[in-house]
Amino acid sequence: MDSRFTRGKSPLLERALGRPRCELSLAAFALLFSELVQYCQRRVASVAELQARLALLGHHVGLRALDALVARERPGRRETKVLGVLLCVKGPLWRALFGREADKLEQANDDERTFYVIEREPLVNTFVSVPRENSSLNCAAFAAGLLEAVLGASGFPARVSAHWHKGTTLM
Amino acid sequence: QNSELFTLTYGALVTQLCKDYENDDDVNKQLDKMGYNIGVRLIEDFLARSSVGRCHDFRETADVIAKIAFKMYLGITPSVTNWSPGGDEFSLILENNPLVDFVELPDNHSTLIYSNLLCGVLRGALEMVQMAVDVKFVQDTLKGDSVTEIRMKFIRRIEDNLPAGEE
Repeated sequence: MDSRFTRGKSPLLERALGRPRCELSLAAFALLFSELVQYCQRRVASVAELQARLALLGHHVGLRALDALVARERPGRRETKVLGVLLCVKGPLWRALFGREADKLEQANDDERTFYVIEREPLVNTFVSVPRENSSLNCAAFAAGLLEAVLGASGFPARVSAHWHKGTTLM
Repeated sequence: QNSELFTLTYGALVTQLCKDYENDDDVNKQLDKMGYNIGVRLIEDFLARSSVGRCHDFRETADVIAKIAFKMYLGITPSVTNWSPGGDEFSLILENNPLVDFVELPDNHSTLIYSNLLCGVLRGALEMVQMAVDVKFVQDTLKGDSVTEIRMKFIRRIEDNLPAGEE
């Protein structure tokens, strides 16, 4: 770690943040994700823990995705209003990561601090089938963790969880 | 679909593995195993989507892997070179590797083979078409090499009656 400081910035950081260079197939991501889920499954004892692990991984992804997105799409301006940041998530962020926007953004009727991001068929759940005994598992917990990290890092600490409701809802 | 989500997810996975296992060697093994599991399923998807027939020899296999499979799944086309005189070993040279976009190896993980998942995938997929191969990285841009080179060696044809990986 110390030698890095004296050597100067690493060459990787000097590179321009270009657009992603390749298009991957959905299958590649789906296979990787399913293996990831299985790996977590082998190491935990309950559905809740599994969702927590997935959320943690999503968290990791979210932080970095946010950095890249902000640097590319909105130079010099950051979202400072809740609605603004949520719309930014629903649109550009979701589009950059998943290839399309989330379906809906709604606000809860009874609590003005609760919002719902709704996707009928989230990308991460393609090819995932949940066995009956684990029916409360929703692998979109990964997306939930991702969203939580993005919001948190943008200055809007939030708690995000995934639910089965009109498809998948991230609350 | 763009490659960033994939790259970031893979990064999250490797990071998690490094936390779960204390040494690089175990992480390498785990990546290989997970890659193997993926490969075993990937081959079916590949055969279904690509209409490629049975390969007649290892050379054909190499071309199919480089030009069709890699392109289909990772969006890159590595080149096939360095054939051994006996025709049983070759190298895949990857100019860029989507798994490692924006990745750096910290000094305390210098023996980590970050992309080892790919070796497992290739091994698993080929085993399902009755080929036992040995796959390993010989050059890695993460370690300062100019390209990433994967060496593939044909070991033997697997007999049909006993599925080798079944246990």
